[in-house]
Amino acid sequence: MAEFNEFLEMGGYAAFVWPSYLVSAVVLTLLVVFSVRRLRRIERDLKPFEERRQARRNRTRSSRTEPLNDT
Amino acid sequence: MAIDFHKYANPTRFLRLASAVFPWVTGAAVLLLVTGLYMGLFVAPEDYQQGETVRIMFVHVPAAWMGMSVYTMMAVSAAAGLIWKHPVADLSAKAAAPIGACFTLLALVTGALWGQPMWGTYWVWDARLTSMLILLFLYLGYMALWGSFDDHSKAARAAAILVLVGAINIPVIKFSVDWWNTLHQPASVATLDGPKIHGSILTPLLVMGAAYMMLFLSVFIIRVKAEIMDRRLQIMKISQLQE
Repeated sequence: MAEFNEFLEMGGYAAFVWPSYLVSAVVLTLLVVFSVRRLRRIERDLKPFEERRQARRNRTRSSRTEPLNDT
Repeated sequence: MAIDFHKYANPTRFLRLASAVFPWVTGAAVLLLVTGLYMGLFVAPEDYQQGETVRIMFVHVPAAWMGMSVYTMMAVSAAAGLIWKHPVADLSAKAAAPIGACFTLLALVTGALWGQPMWGTYWVWDARLTSMLILLFLYLGYMALWGSFDDHSKAARAAAILVLVGAINIPVIKFSVDWWNTLHQPASVATLDGPKIHGSILTPLLVMGAAYMMLFLSVFIIRVKAEIMDRRLQIMKISQLQE
């Protein structure tokens, strides 16, 4: 326990060492969280457009192949 | 439908490559971060002059390296975007900017926290610190510029020119410690005579540097993917309005 306390004290520089690690952890974590959230939001917004496009493509493809099926 | 989607064949290929690389890069980032933090906090000895504050170096120096490297990468991308009009080039510079800004901010904040116990001040207006602050403003200006145009290609162009003009700041940062009198210590890792730091402290520093690099790549892939899909979304919205 004494050893752990000594580690936390950082030779009297705890007030400088720990905040630098903490601020690094916070900023980088927020960067990851916001980046993932933005990607998810855009993927969600894009989905209906992609589905509509796919549906339209399927329709044109089937109308094109129908005459061939008749012969 | 007036928009040709084959123009976006390249982004599709990029996305496929990025998805394949992503798990490896992310795994490497986690592994290196854990290793680097363990070595930096528990294995590395305290410095004979700086005591335990030397541990701030393990989060300060890699952040500063990344702040400068990301900007350099953006300048290359922006030039490619201007010259070849490659659609991924502008988007990758745009995606990298917030990451570079975060690293630069961290370099400044951790540097201040190191400066107070070692120099007796959080901040001085000397060459290295001031040029690093300018780098942060360049990032913020770049991001603001993207947001201030409705037209995508105009925004890309203006932002690219800003990055390229600001690129002059990168050698200024690098050599500021040699050209001017400054409180900041001169280069001690990337020198012509090799690193001047003892291995017990150099190894955790390099591991943390590699960890930050991998973390950058991981977040970068997420952000480029978001930019490409956002661009696709905007184009689809416009084409829907035209129908």
